[in-house]
Amino acid sequence: MPAQPFTTVTGVAAAMREDNIDTDIIFPARFLLITARAGLGRYAFHDRRFAADGSEVPGYVLNAPAFGTPTVIVAGANFGSGSSREQAVWALLGLGTRAVISPSFGEIFQSNCLRNGIIPIVLPEAQVSALQHLAEQGATFTVDLETQELRVEGLQPVTFAIPAERRLALLNGWDETDQIINQYSAEIDSFEIRQRQTQPWLHAEEPA
Amino acid sequence: MTKIRTLYEKLWDSHVVAELPGGDSLLYIDRQILHEVSSPQAFVAMRDSGRQLRRPETHIAVADHAVPTRNRHGAIEDLQARAQVAELETNVAEFSVPYAALEGSEQGIVHVIGPETGFTLPGTTIVCGDSHTTTHGAFGALAFGIGASEQGTVMAAQVLPQARAKTMKVELVGQLAPHVDAKDIALALIARIGAHGAVGHAVEYAGPAVSAMSMAQRMTLCNMTIEAGSRIGIVAPDETTFAYLKGRRLAPDGARWDAAVTYWRTLASDAGATFDKTVTLDLAAIEPQVSWGTSPNQTLPIGAAVPDPATIADATVRRETEKALAYMGLTPGQKLEDVAIDHVFIGSCTNGRIEDLRAAAAVVRGRKVASGVKAIIVPGSAATRAAAEGEGLDRVFTDAGFEWRFAGCSMCVAMNDDRLAPGQRCASTSNRNFEGRQGAGGRTHLVSPAMAAAAAVTGHLADVRKLV
Repeated sequence: MPAQPFTTVTGVAAAMREDNIDTDIIFPARFLLITARAGLGRYAFHDRRFAADGSEVPGYVLNAPAFGTPTVIVAGANFGSGSSREQAVWALLGLGTRAVISPSFGEIFQSNCLRNGIIPIVLPEAQVSALQHLAEQGATFTVDLETQELRVEGLQPVTFAIPAERRLALLNGWDETDQIINQYSAEIDSFEIRQRQTQPWLHAEEPA
Repeated sequence: MTKIRTLYEKLWDSHVVAELPGGDSLLYIDRQILHEVSSPQAFVAMRDSGRQLRRPETHIAVADHAVPTRNRHGAIEDLQARAQVAELETNVAEFSVPYAALEGSEQGIVHVIGPETGFTLPGTTIVCGDSHTTTHGAFGALAFGIGASEQGTVMAAQVLPQARAKTMKVELVGQLAPHVDAKDIALALIARIGAHGAVGHAVEYAGPAVSAMSMAQRMTLCNMTIEAGSRIGIVAPDETTFAYLKGRRLAPDGARWDAAVTYWRTLASDAGATFDKTVTLDLAAIEPQVSWGTSPNQTLPIGAAVPDPATIADATVRRETEKALAYMGLTPGQKLEDVAIDHVFIGSCTNGRIEDLRAAAAVVRGRKVASGVKAIIVPGSAATRAAAEGEGLDRVFTDAGFEWRFAGCSMCVAMNDDRLAPGQRCASTSNRNFEGRQGAGGRTHLVSPAMAAAAAVTGHLADVRKLV
């Protein structure tokens, strides 16, 4: 499925000053029984937002009216670690989040983000901490994929890294599978022919 | 002269289909495992785009995550889980994917049945929509977890764009003390390097202690690698690997087997290969471990006491410790051995194999589950369950008061009805002690199978060495 084209997003950022926010926190496993990918925003950070009786947990950042649907999340290290569930990303999308800033990410989560039009931005810890402070003050964050810049009120623009082909795919809303099939089918064919020679046991036996 | 390479680099190089302009590589994927919870959206994408699987025969599908473990007869009670399994069955039929049926002899957790059926082979690339796909690295395979979108790409094109990881060698030296197991090594390693200590690195476990390990131990070790932040944990294949695989249904046979083994013997890091990072662990110094917090790196030897945040200088660590202790309902300075438990779970892709059940049974034999403790054994696969029954292990467990269940992920992911109530505490052989992992508000202590058994019969976290 093509990702939503991404150019620039602007909005508030929710600061989550905590390391190791895993995908079980972002999207608790019991909601994985839902097979739809739309409408998952209401389950994002569910057990942090809501008490067992369904009431909102006071003081939790996403329960503050200003930060309920943050465009950006500024989190501690190892954000999105743990389970590979792509629902964690779909839930963030449902919440309206299009970029996450952290000193490091769970690697599968990071790939899943790029497949869905959420920009994972890796910055040094001190910088993330400064951004969390600005986020808490209600600063407006702009993530510009064209220029690869993060712009925050009261701060010099910050350049971030993103793999070149992912950036291009996101800017154009290209579907990665289509792109691969269109551009690399011949290479895949020849790889398979080669592997059939070198590792025949990975392929069906040729009819005698 | 050929270039000196690590095992990871050999596995990587042998699967590069094309170099991409941005620096990533297009990697050929030999095998994909599908399960009911993470595959539906990938099949929807296939159907919507009118695509077929490029090589359906390189896939295997099974229901494991959400399935009930109490019985395998009749319809699944939970309507959502029933629908998910039905959807998987429709998808595998429509797209001609080999399927291990829920009632069949090859059903089980994805990372248990892959090796058991011989689907997992050295030198291959293996993906699955599950982060514990690291497990298959125990066979010298390049195996990693992926998301649903990536699953769709593999189905349609049999490739994935990937960035090459850095390499990290974990050298295991010395001999494990009795009743200390691979799980303890994994937990001790994560406690030492941190839950993101291996991010961006492919980990290779090496050293004489690894060569001496069984496949089950290697799988436990590789399985837990993701809890240190790495998607890839590998062990070079050797005679132990070949002996394990020989004769398995999907393993090659005859001349193909011989050719495969000849190739597999080349799959080791070359002498003098360099790693970006090296960590050495002396196994003789490792004691039975138990996690006390909500991240796997929050782990200590069983003889230790719960940490006191007041004595922690680093503000971040102090805050994380306070948060974990509040969630876990523990008091600073409390002896871990004094922590009473409500539940025991023995199973999962980490510790649901026959060797794990034997280790637990050795502790349980002739004892009873402590009163007030609910203890369940969930074998990792139908084949494991049958093997255990053949050895009479089921009787050892049921005589002691354990429940003997059918195979599935069960309390490791708590998607079925096996879960903790808020505030309940569990000694668990699973892999994650995250908040809510075993049920909203549930509290998890990660331990080895022998330690879980010790907790079951004493009613509290306990040092297995004092019982045997």
